[in-house]
Amino acid sequence: MKELWKGNEAVAEAAMRAGCRYFFGYPITPQNEIPEYLAKHMPARGGVFVQAESEIAAINMIYGASGAGARVMTSSSSPGISLKQEGITYLACAELPAVIVNMMRGGPGLGNIAPSQADYYQATRGGGNGDYRTIVLAPASIQEAADFTQEAFDLADVYRMPVIVLADGTIGQMMEAIEWRTPPRRELPAKEWATNGHRGERPHNIINSLFLDVADCEEQNCRLQERYELIAERETRYEEYMAEDAEVLFVAYGTSARLARAAVLKLRAQGVKAGLFRPITLWPFPEVALHARAAMPSMKAVIAAEMSTGQMIDDVKLAVNGIRPVYLVGRSGGAMPMPMELVELALEVLA
Amino acid sequence: MQNKLYIITGHYGSGKTEFAVNFALQLAQAGGSVTLADLDIVNPYFCSRERKAELEAAEVRTILPSKGHGDLPALNPALLAMFEAGGVGVMDVGGDAAGARVLGRFAARIAAVPHELYCVLNFNRPETATPEQALRYLREIEGSSKLRVTGLVNNTHLCTETTAEDVLRGAALARETAALAGLPLVYHAVERGLAAQLNSMEGELFLMDIYMKKPWE
Repeated sequence: MKELWKGNEAVAEAAMRAGCRYFFGYPITPQNEIPEYLAKHMPARGGVFVQAESEIAAINMIYGASGAGARVMTSSSSPGISLKQEGITYLACAELPAVIVNMMRGGPGLGNIAPSQADYYQATRGGGNGDYRTIVLAPASIQEAADFTQEAFDLADVYRMPVIVLADGTIGQMMEAIEWRTPPRRELPAKEWATNGHRGERPHNIINSLFLDVADCEEQNCRLQERYELIAERETRYEEYMAEDAEVLFVAYGTSARLARAAVLKLRAQGVKAGLFRPITLWPFPEVALHARAAMPSMKAVIAAEMSTGQMIDDVKLAVNGIRPVYLVGRSGGAMPMPMELVELALEVLA
Repeated sequence: MQNKLYIITGHYGSGKTEFAVNFALQLAQAGGSVTLADLDIVNPYFCSRERKAELEAAEVRTILPSKGHGDLPALNPALLAMFEAGGVGVMDVGGDAAGARVLGRFAARIAAVPHELYCVLNFNRPETATPEQALRYLREIEGSSKLRVTGLVNNTHLCTETTAEDVLRGAALARETAALAGLPLVYHAVERGLAAQLNSMEGELFLMDIYMKKPWE
């Protein structure tokens, strides 16, 4: 039976359903229902909820609990995620699994509490120092928020890395009907690296992100890069909507994709062949599939729609690689690329 | 139309705001001098203040939270006039006991004027899926508001995916809740499009147009 869930609550419930029993976080709007829900329900399910003294404390608690082999999650919104970047790069280097949820709000700086997608660069380019990536899942519905949060824990464990669930305040705050379902089964490797007590049966495990020797540090970097290549090959995800015969293609993720989908329907109603390409993994970005779609002979133009002044469009341009013109509808500060605005630009570029 | 305050409370996601906006518009349409006050200072999005234009176009006066510089809006002091000026008032209160706490400071003023305190119920929300759970939320709302609920509104829905079966299932559970609480079940709130399928349902239907839409709807 379907139930009506708020995005933030669904993310919190999904984490517990995925076996997460450790949550460390610090409040910030518009994601507060995540810690609120977990504070209320985690203890009854035998878990630990800690409201840390800061975002930085919380991410380092994540580092510790993950190092001990636990499934862990933290959540925040844009400025709070900025504070966590040091911890995230340490997690990446030390190869620790963790799930980090960012319900993005208006920025830069403290910005506002309105929805935004302006942390795209931060999420897809590592965010902290050094050469690293995080898998970035972008739900566009509450059903996906529930599904992807569960799946994020498996991805984190399989690839031993932080996984980011990247959504905006709209997804966090809105309600939709969902069904609870379990993610596709994956083979999860045993956490032989965890510092959970050697019991005199094995050597000490050490969790570390310090590689003072140049050769060691480069070797670690190469190890990570090989894994990222594997992930790009295996885990890239996207969805298309009415793209098969499109002349104009919107590229949008999350909330923007919902708006672009509405624009596609409006254009189709006028007889204009519009389609939508929705990246689901923002890293790895589905560049091969997008290039193929853009290269279709019928295609005349590509329009990136995002709640930022133009970040995802860089990946769109890399994928399209100059074979089609790429336009932008980029809104910021809580404003959205509304369907009518997308329709107008589509008509203009096709004229 | 009798001068009265209608105070709308309920669990997060029960559909308080949709009901409150529709209720205010229908009272105004029936010729009342209606004021809608948005008392929701716990929820950042999807509040009745977002429908200011529609309300004012229908000659519903609005009293909305002042925009603070922090994350939280603040109560508009103009709402004190609702206890003095007469007319018909609709108060859209924030969700749960946390949202209803704002009523506590006005409890004596509210008690002194004719009022109804409605608790909106949605049995499709996981934390108010049974009459017992719904009653627990209702009691918590009474505790923090320092007021007694006077009536229940069944608003069992799944946003755009609501079916007549949802309403009927919710109606049965709402009747059970009303019996448990010893309170009248005042309305079954339903989207206008479902009305034809619910003709034979026992109880009063309150037909709503959907105002609290998502940006792409």
